[in-house]
Amino acid sequence: MLALQGAFALHLQAIDRLAATGLAVRGVPVKTAAELAECDALIMPGGESTTMSMLLDSQELFAPLKKAIHGGLPVFGTCAGMILLSSEILDGRSDQNCFEALDIKVRRNAYGAQVESFETALSVDGLDEPFHAVFIRAPGVEALGAGVEVVSKHQEEPVMCRSGSVLACSFHPELTNDDRLHRLFLESIAGATSSGKATG
Amino acid sequence: MLKGGVIMDVVNPEQAKIAEDAGAVAVMALERVPSDIRRDGGVSRMSDPEMIMGIQETVTIPVMAKARIGHFVEAQILESLNVDYIDESEVLTPADETHHIDKWAFTVPFVCGATNLGEALRRISEGACMIRSKGEAGTGNIVEATRHLRSILGDIGKITKADKAEQFEWAKQLQAPLPLVQEIAETGELPVPMFCAGGIATPADAAMTMQLGAQSVFVGSGIFKSSDPARMAEAVVQATLNYKDPAILAKVSTGLGDAMKGLEMATLETKMAERGW
Repeated sequence: MLALQGAFALHLQAIDRLAATGLAVRGVPVKTAAELAECDALIMPGGESTTMSMLLDSQELFAPLKKAIHGGLPVFGTCAGMILLSSEILDGRSDQNCFEALDIKVRRNAYGAQVESFETALSVDGLDEPFHAVFIRAPGVEALGAGVEVVSKHQEEPVMCRSGSVLACSFHPELTNDDRLHRLFLESIAGATSSGKATG
Repeated sequence: MLKGGVIMDVVNPEQAKIAEDAGAVAVMALERVPSDIRRDGGVSRMSDPEMIMGIQETVTIPVMAKARIGHFVEAQILESLNVDYIDESEVLTPADETHHIDKWAFTVPFVCGATNLGEALRRISEGACMIRSKGEAGTGNIVEATRHLRSILGDIGKITKADKAEQFEWAKQLQAPLPLVQEIAETGELPVPMFCAGGIATPADAAMTMQLGAQSVFVGSGIFKSSDPARMAEAVVQATLNYKDPAILAKVSTGLGDAMKGLEMATLETKMAERGW
């Protein structure tokens, strides 16, 4: 769990709940390259992407993390995490870095300011029942590259995408006590089973 | 989404840029930082919308602004400006000596100050989405923030050990709604994020409040009343991130120049923390 800033504590609780159901995962906070090296998969939380981008630099974590993701580390980015995983950021600071791990163009705060936050039920590929999604200053996906699969849409716009071992969504799956997206990531992408893998 | 971060008071777009560059998670747009409000005296009010809009245009991080306690029209104006959060703040001169703003009437989230758990729960029952311990703003003296944090978190700890009958007594003592007391007894934490404000002047101050249990810190006068604001801002951000690591705290505290000049509590004419009911 990337733990520089933002909603990481709630994600860690979701991982703990899944571990309690018998899924072989263990959530640990990651603030340094040494902690990253111990992980088999990574979740990047919502928060402020501008701030996280700077803290990735100051913690000397940007380069090792980029290398790990491009080397196949399974990663799930939510809200700000999606922005960091994208290949191009619109309406961000010109010096804001992204990992170019998911070939999408994202617009920051595409769904409006804080007061325009909303909740909605989304149909998600791989889930039988709709998922209750909370959008807060959420990024919008404006362009999709080849090989990017849309996993969920809201009003015809993609809000959850996957490419290989990289999964990202515009909303905050950690704010509800519904752990199905965490399970989806951990089982289908990170390959967690009942026999031993540590998850960051 | 402001947890684990630093929210900095700024009075113009240039300062907002410095704050964002340093890694602030949000900025608080206000006309004068608390230490200047303290020095100048007079009635302190909501900032000029022009100044707030200038800051909104400059940064990509969230922008907060302050309304006076009970001044629901200032809050309506701030909401119409699309600020990301409103701080119903004791740093400004209160507009109502009995009532706080009915925050349920707004879409924009509110943060409110508290000196103790009862005050925190009353603010939450009025619709606050975040609580910050008040401390004593504009003093550069951490002692009041420490008192308030310890009081709030200490009482939360005691309530988790209270039996059901004692929870009624807690609600009565705290002058707070029983359902919120019962919720705390079950979860062991406030139902909203708990931040710290008021008197944070150094990286070590920020790290101490985080170790005490704050989830983020507000720094008002501490940044832009120091001798090297850009460096101080960055150091406080680093300290808030690495708050448990004394070696990093030592490194970021080194050679920062002068922190803001602080004030002793006994010398204060106005105790802002006493505003709020």
